[in-house]
Amino acid sequence: MSQAVLDKLKARFGAAILETHSDFGDDTALVDAKQWRAIGEFLRQDPACEFDLPVDLCGVDYPRRLPRMEVVLHLYSTTRRHRVRLKARVGDEDMEGAELDSLVAVWPGLNWLEREVYDMSGVRFRGHPDLRRILMYPEFVGHPLQKTYPAQRTQPLVPYRTEDEAGVPLEKQAPFGPDEGMPFGRRALPRSEES
Amino acid sequence: MGDMNPGGAVVLEGSEQGFALTRVDALLGWARKYSLFAYPFVTACCGMEFMALNSPRFDLARFGAEAPRFSPRQADLLWVVGTISQRQAPALKRIYDQMMEPKWVLAFGTCASSGGFYDNYTTVPGIDKVIPVDVYVPGCPPRPEAVLDGLMLLQDKIARNERRPGVVKPRVDPPVKVAELVQLRRSAHDPSELVPRLGRGETK
Repeated sequence: MSQAVLDKLKARFGAAILETHSDFGDDTALVDAKQWRAIGEFLRQDPACEFDLPVDLCGVDYPRRLPRMEVVLHLYSTTRRHRVRLKARVGDEDMEGAELDSLVAVWPGLNWLEREVYDMSGVRFRGHPDLRRILMYPEFVGHPLQKTYPAQRTQPLVPYRTEDEAGVPLEKQAPFGPDEGMPFGRRALPRSEES
Repeated sequence: MGDMNPGGAVVLEGSEQGFALTRVDALLGWARKYSLFAYPFVTACCGMEFMALNSPRFDLARFGAEAPRFSPRQADLLWVVGTISQRQAPALKRIYDQMMEPKWVLAFGTCASSGGFYDNYTTVPGIDKVIPVDVYVPGCPPRPEAVLDGLMLLQDKIARNERRPGVVKPRVDPPVKVAELVQLRRSAHDPSELVPRLGRGETK
């Protein structure tokens, strides 16, 4: 439906549009991270695009691919009724250079979403007015949705009671067996890849 | 109102007013178990079941535990209802520390008891890692009947001055007999519609 938008982007930005596809009806453009801000402004202001609603912003970690972190922005136009998905790839193995220009000046609604991506994935947004953690607590170290974050690592704010303090066993009691919990997904990357 | 014979008191007949003998701790336990002032620390979906529990159908007032107090200083039973995230743990600890002795904690549901299926960086794996717990009620969410079992277990522990944690045993529904199931028939007016077959003696 918004193939026209992709064509417009390619005509306007040329080599900065690295690839496009429309798989499953979702028009997607992978763009040069350096042009992130300019493309955002264009999509917001161009009368034929007029994307006025930033639906979602998220980070996806592909630890075996470089650049490693993919930032995905979903846009919708309430006037033109079309959608587009923008992607940009940033960051090396150690998340060096995982930076993007903030689009808060273009869509104020992205303020908290960019904070969430920063908190969960560790992408820093240049020019964000208030880039703090939003879901995790300030004491939290690391970014939990990076694939290199160890699945078993917790960072309690209140130190756990020991069994000596409690005077009773604190291991999960029946009917809460040790297998209570997620039966899958406890595998982190091999130890050499953990930070 | 249940056991009106506090702590196995011995009532002596014969005097005009009458009097009874018991131990002080037994009398205190008997009084405390019927006046539990609750502080609901409700964080997640178990809260819906907690609301059902507080409805007239289950009549928490039978147990003298129906009065909520929204200041921990006036409460002596802390209901921890739902998932406790690492970020909430300091608040929970502080609420618990503000409550006056004697105080009891009931872990409502699997998440409060063990963290449930949230086995990750964000969730406390059971509130007993942070504060002491008296009764665990498993279930996701627990049925109100299971919570009532837990409340009675707690009352029993209070009466016996017993502080070791207890776990409510899951109830098993009795098997349903075919004759007890509602039978359906095709509606006379619209054959595509199924309506309950009326039993003998029943009328519309």
